[in-house]
Amino acid sequence: MAHTGPEADGPAVLVGFARALRAAGVDAGPDRVQALIGALGVLRPGVRSDVYWSGRLTLCGSRDDLERYDRVFAAYFGGAGAGGVVRGAPAVRLRATVRDAGPAPRTGAEGRQDAVPAAVLASSAEVLRHRDFAELTAAERAQLHRLLAVFALPGEPRRTARLRPARRGAADPRRTVREVLRHGGELTPPRRRARTTRPRRVVLLVDVSGSMAAYADALLRFAHAAAHGGRVRTEVFTIGTRLTRVTRELTHRDPGAALAAVAAAVPDWRGGTRLGELLRAFLDRWGQRGMARGAVVVVLSDGWERGDPALLAAQMRRLHRLAHRVVWANPRKARPGYAPLAAGMAAALPSVDAFVEGHSLAALERLAAVVRGADDA
Amino acid sequence: MRPIGRDDGHEAWPAGPGDVRARLEEGGYLVDDGLAVACFLALRLRRPIFCEGDAGVGKTALAAALATALDAPLIRLQCYEGIDASQALYDWDFPRQLLHLRAAEVAGATDADRLEGELYGRRFLIARPLLQALETASCVLLVDEIDRADDEFEAFLLELLSEYTVTVPELGTLRAQSPPVVVLTSNRTREVHDALKRRCLYHWFDHPGFARELAIVRRRVPGASARLTEQVTALAQALRAQDLVKPPGVAETVDWAEAMAALGATEVDAELAVATLGSVLKYREDLERARALDLTALLSVRGA
Repeated sequence: MAHTGPEADGPAVLVGFARALRAAGVDAGPDRVQALIGALGVLRPGVRSDVYWSGRLTLCGSRDDLERYDRVFAAYFGGAGAGGVVRGAPAVRLRATVRDAGPAPRTGAEGRQDAVPAAVLASSAEVLRHRDFAELTAAERAQLHRLLAVFALPGEPRRTARLRPARRGAADPRRTVREVLRHGGELTPPRRRARTTRPRRVVLLVDVSGSMAAYADALLRFAHAAAHGGRVRTEVFTIGTRLTRVTRELTHRDPGAALAAVAAAVPDWRGGTRLGELLRAFLDRWGQRGMARGAVVVVLSDGWERGDPALLAAQMRRLHRLAHRVVWANPRKARPGYAPLAAGMAAALPSVDAFVEGHSLAALERLAAVVRGADDA
Repeated sequence: MRPIGRDDGHEAWPAGPGDVRARLEEGGYLVDDGLAVACFLALRLRRPIFCEGDAGVGKTALAAALATALDAPLIRLQCYEGIDASQALYDWDFPRQLLHLRAAEVAGATDADRLEGELYGRRFLIARPLLQALETASCVLLVDEIDRADDEFEAFLLELLSEYTVTVPELGTLRAQSPPVVVLTSNRTREVHDALKRRCLYHWFDHPGFARELAIVRRRVPGASARLTEQVTALAQALRAQDLVKPPGVAETVDWAEAMAALGATEVDAELAVATLGSVLKYREDLERARALDLTALLSVRGA
């Protein structure tokens, strides 16, 4: 390896490097920098490869960081990484925000506290429950946002390996012995314990392609509320022309901020949909490793497939084998005369456990019930 | 230069990344630059290594290789959903405690305090892997598939891995005489908490290139002929470039070479490759796809 590497003679250089990394999106905090300085203390700080590797080992925290690291390292210390090829960074493209995706004009309502009396709100909420998202006015849309904010989406409960004290169940030796000891060795009725239950993980795949433009905003808000509700984290992905994991972006408490973050992260609003390919990407990268295993997977899409329906069918079969339950929510299902004729939808249906509507508040409530384990729609 | 790491008196431990690499290679585990540096820093700075990468690229094998290289015992903790302290750290041996209690009763013991002291003594404590690792001088601790455990367990591990101490309420705090070398692996089924990762060295395992994979297979399957290992490695690399549900890892390549060698082959032919495909590809779709491919054509691409 070349010895013409960085002169990492002072921590200042490394601190500057870490700052550049942070600017590029790597979470290289002070304790990580400390670790790097510690590492270089036992290595050769003048040698490029040592600096490269110790920085990569201490400052990065995920695979996504590595690409950024290579880029910043090359820019900061000159040349390519230590032997490694510096891959081209993906172009960061900021597109219009989510609100522009819908046909309605922007409302700007989520920031301000609304003064609508509660009674009016309640009655109009009832009307709003069954309205199609695509046909809402700006004011209704703002109200819908507030109603969507209270959604929770816990998965169907499953038994865990964990044991908790209970009235019935198997004997709990630990607590029984303690009880016996407390009574000076006199035997007492055994204490008992039983398995606890936890909700299953829920994975939401939200279609944000052009044909879903009228619904994407509402569905992402739904996903945001769902991701904040339960004990088990809900994972959210968007699918359009590419697959984007937006779970992290949705961790913002404020729905407006969360959706802005999603808008910045998702490069493919209103593109075409290649459901089959993207589903395969999801399964290869996440699902097969365990994210979909035993989970309730919800696909929110109209099933318009630009690619090969056979591929979609094959991937849906794969998903169906992995997941505990596959739910498909289709906003177009409620339209009069709807039949799943779109090639993608028809191909996917055989592998779907529950096929529900997804166009209105009431439909999403129904969806939440299905996810919780209610009978199929 | 003064080492930053705590001085544990391990003069026998490696002096630099090159030394670590040499020792690991002696034991049959081949590493690249980054992993050599990672292992060296883990030993020197007492930091756990956090290993991520596809299945079968050698994350778990690294722990075993480190144990061999350091001539230290390997202690393994397999994580699963719902794992908790009593399964990972320690538990009391209740049947023996009860038996002891009954025996004391029969013997007419009256001193309750003394009896309780006896019951919660070290001899009734069952050490699970984490406590074992703290109690064993210079060992390698493998925490396998940490992404399967839940958040609570991660938080619990956080304390243990930064202090290398454990508090048993009845006994007090137990401290490791010499902290173990810790290897954590994750398959990325979920994001592990940043707080845990920050305490670790992060290493991403890529699939090895042809030359390194060939060297690994040679090491692991010494009985196979040179031509066979070369062809098997080339085939595995070619399969990896195909569009498969689960591209084969190094572990599968080794299995494949072993399978063919066990059948007495010294050279790969299409028939043999198809017959043993089950040791590399574990999905029906992949098998069908590979059977449809012209495997001999894949071989000739590499010119092996």
